[in-house]
Amino acid sequence: MLMNLFKFKGGVKPPSNKLQSNHLPIAQAPMPSRLVVPLHQSIGGTPRPVVEAGDKVLKGQVIGNADGWISAAVHAPTSGTVLEVAMHIRPHPSGLDSLCVVIEPDGKDKWITRTPIDHKAVPPADVFHHLQQCGIVGLGGAGFPAHGKLTPTKGVPMDELIINGAECEPFITCDDLLMRERAEEVVRGIALFRDLLQPKTVIIGIEDNKPEAIAAMRAAVDAQKEPFSVVAVPTLYPAGGAKQLIRVLTGKEVPGSMRSTADMGVQVFNVGTAYSAWRAIAHGEPLISRILTITGNVHAPRNYEVLIGTPMGELLALAQPHPDTDGILMGGPMMGFLVPNPQVPVVKTTNCLIAHDDRLFPPKAPEMPCIRCGACARACPHELQPFEMYWFSRAKNFGKTQEYNIFDCIECGCCSYVCPSRIPLVQYFRFAKSEIWAREREKNASDQAKTRFEFKQLREEREKADKAEKLAKAAAAQAAKKAAEAAAAAAESSASPTPDAPTAPLVAATTDAPSATVTPENDAKRATIEAAMARAKAQREAVQPKNTESLTAEQQKVAAEIEARRVTAHLIEPEPAAPAPTSEKPE
Amino acid sequence: MDILLAISIMALGAVVLGALLGFAAIKFKVEGDPLVEKIEAILPQTQCGQCGFPGCKPYAEAIVNGEEINKCPPGGAEGVQRLADLLGREVKPLDAEEKPKQVAIIDENTCIGCTLCIQACPVDAIVGAAKQMHTIIAPQCTGCELCLPPCPVECIRMEVIPETIDNWKWKYPVVEIKAAA
Repeated sequence: MLMNLFKFKGGVKPPSNKLQSNHLPIAQAPMPSRLVVPLHQSIGGTPRPVVEAGDKVLKGQVIGNADGWISAAVHAPTSGTVLEVAMHIRPHPSGLDSLCVVIEPDGKDKWITRTPIDHKAVPPADVFHHLQQCGIVGLGGAGFPAHGKLTPTKGVPMDELIINGAECEPFITCDDLLMRERAEEVVRGIALFRDLLQPKTVIIGIEDNKPEAIAAMRAAVDAQKEPFSVVAVPTLYPAGGAKQLIRVLTGKEVPGSMRSTADMGVQVFNVGTAYSAWRAIAHGEPLISRILTITGNVHAPRNYEVLIGTPMGELLALAQPHPDTDGILMGGPMMGFLVPNPQVPVVKTTNCLIAHDDRLFPPKAPEMPCIRCGACARACPHELQPFEMYWFSRAKNFGKTQEYNIFDCIECGCCSYVCPSRIPLVQYFRFAKSEIWAREREKNASDQAKTRFEFKQLREEREKADKAEKLAKAAAAQAAKKAAEAAAAAAESSASPTPDAPTAPLVAATTDAPSATVTPENDAKRATIEAAMARAKAQREAVQPKNTESLTAEQQKVAAEIEARRVTAHLIEPEPAAPAPTSEKPE
Repeated sequence: MDILLAISIMALGAVVLGALLGFAAIKFKVEGDPLVEKIEAILPQTQCGQCGFPGCKPYAEAIVNGEEINKCPPGGAEGVQRLADLLGREVKPLDAEEKPKQVAIIDENTCIGCTLCIQACPVDAIVGAAKQMHTIIAPQCTGCELCLPPCPVECIRMEVIPETIDNWKWKYPVVEIKAAA
């Protein structure tokens, strides 16, 4: 099929170094002594561990459950015993630890019950759930959960489904070998994606330096009578970048701000993703192994099918590295990074291990000043201006780097590759990007702290106002009560003579009605008691709180608060001139 | 006659412009001091009071009124730099020692549930009830240390936030300096 191809701007042609590793078929890597499976292997939420130290696990058993929609489950790569769930180093440029499940294989390699599904017979939601449960993520590099990309954007018809077999990075041949040897299942996986996304056309893009893979894929497509076009794209790094491949195959340019290419009706999947998705659907096999190129400074470069979690050092030993090997590069030479130590495990997105030495990768001469030659801008496949971004990143003027669209940079390394001053441009961009993200996080945190602080202040004010209002109400009630009492007393005093000692018996007689036997002696006693009580009351009422004249407003407030507390605690009667309890008296 | 005309034209102009200015003064009146808000956006909002003011906003107001810009330890030297850029003042070294970002941790075995730290926390990042164990909501904690002094059993300690894969940052590329041969 003849097809009009487009070009993307820029790009470089580094020596491909693919021939070393692509002449031998894929070999099965031996079972390692132990497997360290990091839980976080894809973009999105970190799966939650569901096993404990000492548990027996079977091959393919879930050890980490997906956390949220954009997340994928993690599985035991073989049967054995869980030694620990602990922090271990993970393949990441930081060299920091993350939560891993360490499994000691029992050598039986016994599968858990596998449940294939028929994707045509069940609703798409079930297929997505199955893919998520099988831990299928993008194997091209970023590790985006596949089911997330298979969910069509509402309102946007899917025009093209692009299958990425470009594999543009030097040294890497794992996709090449996969397409040569397992083309049939790759094509079945592509058909699965086609059924889910319903695109108008399906295009398989393969760089023209892989003629065997192109032939194998064409044969498989023809054998299955699928209307897929297998297209050879010119070899040019980074033709395998999603946006570049879209540009080459469809002529569509993806705007930098667009987060998902599905919004413009294009979706890109790696060939490896299609293969493992098909294994998950047709055989119920979760993603527990992948094909990996081991090359570089070794005697026997080759592709291996490797269990996720295998320590990289053990794998490298299979290819017999030369004695001067001084490190392991994960990924290609353009975008990969040196892993911090050989114990680092293989993860789902590990596509290549390169034995590093000074002959293959000579140490870079020191960085020189930028001479404003513009070579980086010509090489940039995203039509950015790396030199501008470099100056501003270097000066830590991050606002300006964003004006120059630093977040469109895919860190492909073309600019660093061509820079005659050997400036590590990508490092500056990574630094600027992570600094901008950190600032964003800090800004969010400080905004949140501010709102919380302001709310707390507001609440305290409100509580204070409420309290003051309550106090005022209580005081008013007390005043009213006092007035009523005074009025009652006045009325009583005007109606009858003051209850003096002589008339006391009369009062006693009226109040103490039940005491029928009222003797004169009793009367006399009662009268004296009454008189004493009256005197005491008068005395108590005469006592006023001392030292209250020269109190400051604050002290008065404190005193009022204490009084209010006593009232609420029922320590004293809520009376206006309530006498302080004896213990509180000045003496 | 001419002079009267000239005067009346000028007077009319003055009245019209005066009315315009008066209208603009009412219509486009700026509420509050925008400078305070700009300063506040730079301050880290820990509300720790280490500057001697009871919060970030009072300090921002004080800066507008001539207070020094180097009194915010959580903001660090970078904060001073940004304040200096904003206000056109001279950069001064930080008044106090710069500390890494911390988070408070309550030893829940020792906590007696007195609620004093809850009252002290400016951002409501401590939960608990009287005579019940308290705990810190770590993502909300600003590391201000205001909960340390009120604790009667000293069960709160500050811990430096460790570097994890989630908050790890690419380092500034180091330019190698080689001695001339």
